[in-house]
Amino acid sequence: MGELNKKSAKILVFSTEKISDPAIDMAGLLKLHYPPTVYTISIPCSSGIKPSWILYAYEKGFDGVFIAADGSDCIYGESCTEKTGNLVSKTHNLMKEKNIDPARLRMAAICSVCSESFVKQVRGFNEYLLKTLHA
Amino acid sequence: MEKKPKRIGVYVCHCGGNISDYVDVEKVRRSVEGEDAEIVVLAKTTMFACSDANQREMVEDIKANNLDSVIVSSCSPKLHMLTFRNVSVRADLNKFTYVHANIREQASWAHSDDKNGATEKAIHLVKAAIAKARYAEPLETNKIRAVKTVAVIGAGVAGMKAAISLAQKNTDVILIEKEPFVGGRVAQWDSLSTTTETGKEMVKRLYNELLKYDNITIMTNSEVIENKGSVGNISLKIKKTPRFINATACHPDDLKRAIEVCPVEVPDDFNFRLNSRKAIYKNYPSEYPQIPVIDVKNCTRCGECEKVCKAIDFNEKEEIFEIVAGSVLMATGFDSYTPAYGEFGYATSENVITLPQFKRLIDTQFDKLIYKGKEIKTIAYIYCVGSRQTDGENTYCSRNCCTSTIHAALTAKNKFKNITNYHFNRGLRTYGKQEILYADSLRSGDIYFQSYEDGLPKVSVEGAKTIVKVNDVLTNNREIEVEADLVVLVTGMVPRSDNSIGTLFKLPKGRDKFYNEVHMKLRPVETVIDGITIAGACQGPKNITESVNSALSAATKSYTILSRGELETDPLVATIDPEKCSWCGACEEACPFDAILKVENGKKVIAEINNTVCKGCGMCAPVCDPDAVNLIACSSREIMSMIDALV
Repeated sequence: MGELNKKSAKILVFSTEKISDPAIDMAGLLKLHYPPTVYTISIPCSSGIKPSWILYAYEKGFDGVFIAADGSDCIYGESCTEKTGNLVSKTHNLMKEKNIDPARLRMAAICSVCSESFVKQVRGFNEYLLKTLHA
Repeated sequence: MEKKPKRIGVYVCHCGGNISDYVDVEKVRRSVEGEDAEIVVLAKTTMFACSDANQREMVEDIKANNLDSVIVSSCSPKLHMLTFRNVSVRADLNKFTYVHANIREQASWAHSDDKNGATEKAIHLVKAAIAKARYAEPLETNKIRAVKTVAVIGAGVAGMKAAISLAQKNTDVILIEKEPFVGGRVAQWDSLSTTTETGKEMVKRLYNELLKYDNITIMTNSEVIENKGSVGNISLKIKKTPRFINATACHPDDLKRAIEVCPVEVPDDFNFRLNSRKAIYKNYPSEYPQIPVIDVKNCTRCGECEKVCKAIDFNEKEEIFEIVAGSVLMATGFDSYTPAYGEFGYATSENVITLPQFKRLIDTQFDKLIYKGKEIKTIAYIYCVGSRQTDGENTYCSRNCCTSTIHAALTAKNKFKNITNYHFNRGLRTYGKQEILYADSLRSGDIYFQSYEDGLPKVSVEGAKTIVKVNDVLTNNREIEVEADLVVLVTGMVPRSDNSIGTLFKLPKGRDKFYNEVHMKLRPVETVIDGITIAGACQGPKNITESVNSALSAATKSYTILSRGELETDPLVATIDPEKCSWCGACEEACPFDAILKVENGKKVIAEINNTVCKGCGMCAPVCDPDAVNLIACSSREIMSMIDALV
C-alpha cells in the first residue's frame, strides 16, 4: 500500500489517446477539479491493457486503477468493449487470488467529451478508496 | 553488451502563466535534474516552449549536448506533439525519440485549486516521461491511403464557401444539407451591412458557383446518420428525405399553382413564425434548389396539389447513401436565442419581438412598417438578451448583435418614414470597421441609453402602451422612460438545439456549448477528432466575414490533411518475442484486422505481425499468456517504468 494520503488516494488511469485523453484534457481546460494524485498513462486502446500492468501498479503502491475505456467509440472496432470487459474480469480474478479487493479496479466508458463523467468517476473512486483503504 | 545510457534533455514550460501560475516549474526542473542526473543531461525552464526562439534553442541544445531524446513538459500533446517532433527532426533526431508530458491540462489547470498538488503531479508526470524516453527507439512512419474527398456538413455560406475552395483544390466534395434548401441563415437576410448585395443574392451567387464544379455533389434534405472509421477513411451513411416532387416532370407554373391550392397553413420558421406557409413550399421564389418541397409531417394528403401538378409524387422513398471521405468539415451554423416566457415581456406583451423577427419584418414590409395591424414609429431595442448573462448559462458575448441591431435600425429608418430608434444597451461592441455603422446611427439621430447587468431595462404594459424604463448610466443614472410601439429583443447566437451531428462525431464543446477547436490561435479550425474541422458559427458567434474566413481556413486544413493522398501514421505496431511465443492462436483470434500470421521459425511455429495491416491497437497483447506480445512505445517495460515513476 502506498504512503497514506488522507486527502486523496493514488489512482492510476489508463486512458486512450483518441477517445478518453481529450475528455481528461478538457476536464483540465474547464477547471473541473479532481484529486491531484490521479495519474494518467495513455495507450492506444483500452483493450490493450495487460492485467500484469494493473497488478504491478498495486504492487508498487497505487490504491486504485481506473480504466477510461473507449466503449463503443473505439476507433479499432466494436469488439473493444467486450475485450476490455474480458481483461477486467481476468484481472479481477487475479486480484482475488492475491487478496486484493477487486473494487480497487474500476472501468467506465469515457468518450471524448465525457469530462464531467470522468471527474465524477474518479472523485467517487477516490472516496471509495479513502473509505476502504485509509479509513 | 549493455547499452550506453541515453542523454535526455527536459524542457519545462511556463506557458506564459498558464502552467507556472499553479505549478512551481523551477521545482519541477530541479527535481528531474537532480534525481535523474545520470541521463537527464539538460533541464531548462522556458516561458513559451513553442516559441520560435525556444525551438531554435532546442535544436542548438540537442546538437551541442549530443542528446538522444527530448522531453517537453507543457500543454496537451494534441496541441504541440507535432511541433516538438519536428524540432527533433530539425536537430537530426528521429521524431519518435521525442516524448511529451502534459502538465497543463492534466496538472496546472486540473489542479489550479491545489498548487502543491499540481506541482507534485507535474514532477511525477515529467519523471514518467523520462522513464518512457529511456526506451524510446528511432522508428519509421507507416503510410496509409487517404481518400481525397471532403464531406462538408451544412450548406450555409460557410459550407458553400468551403466546398468551392476545396473543389478549386481538385478535391472531391460532398456538400450535405439537412434542410431542403441551401443558404442557411444568410438566405433569411435581405439587407447586409458593408455590401449592397442581399443575403439571397449572395446565396444565389455561391450556389451558381457550386454548380460550376463537377467535383462537388450537393445533397439537400440529407443528413448523416452514421459514421465509422478515422481520418483518411471515414465512412458516412447519409439519409436523404424525399421532396415528393419529381424534378424532371416539374413545370414552374404548375408548381406555383400547387402551392396556391394547398389548404394547409403552418407557422413559417423561415420568417421566425411571423406568418404562415403552405405544406408544399419554397421559402422565397429564387430559393435553391429551385424545386419546392412537401412538408410531409404537415401534409394532409388532400390531393389538391396533385390535381394541378403532375410533378407531385408521393411514391418517392427515403434513400440511404454510403460515402467515404478522408475528412469532414463541419459547418452546421447556429440557432437564435429564444427568450424565456416573460423575459423583457417576450410572449406576454404582443409588442415584443426578437431581432431576427424584426429583420424579417423589415424585409417583408413595404411603405409602412406594420406589426399586428399597427404602424410602427417608435422602436426600443434591448441589447444582450440571452448573451452576457449573469444568471443564465450564456455568459459569452454574441459579438455580432450590436452591429446587426444598428444595421437593422438604420435599414428601418431608411426604408420607412418617421422611425425613431432607442437603443437600451450594455456597452456597444461594433468592433473594427463596423464602427462606421454606429457613427451613421448617431448621425441619423438614434438615441442610446446604457445600463449595467445590475440595472437592466424593465418592460411593462400599461393599457395599449408598452413602456421601457432604465436608469441610464450616461446621464448619471437618471430614470428614462420610453413608450415604444415595438420592443425588439436583441437576441444572440446560441448553439444548435439539435446536436445530433455533434453527438454522432463526438465533437467536443466548450463552456459556451459551441464546438471547440484544439487551440483558438494555433489550431483554430481543427478539433481533437483527427480529420474533423469546424467552420462558421457552429464554433461560436461570427458574422458573415468571419464565417467565410474560418470556412476558407477549415477547407485548407482539410485539404492539407488529404492533399498527398496518403497519411503518415505512427509505426506503433505489435511485436512478437519469438523466444516466448509457441503459437496458441489467442492473438490471432483477438486481432480484428487479421494482422497475425502463423509462421515457422526454426523448429517451432510462432506468431508474426503483418506490419502493413497491424493498426497498433494492442488487443493481441493482454490475451498472450506467455507475455510474448508487446506494442512498440507501449511495451510492458515502458508502462511499468512509468508506473514506477508515477507512484
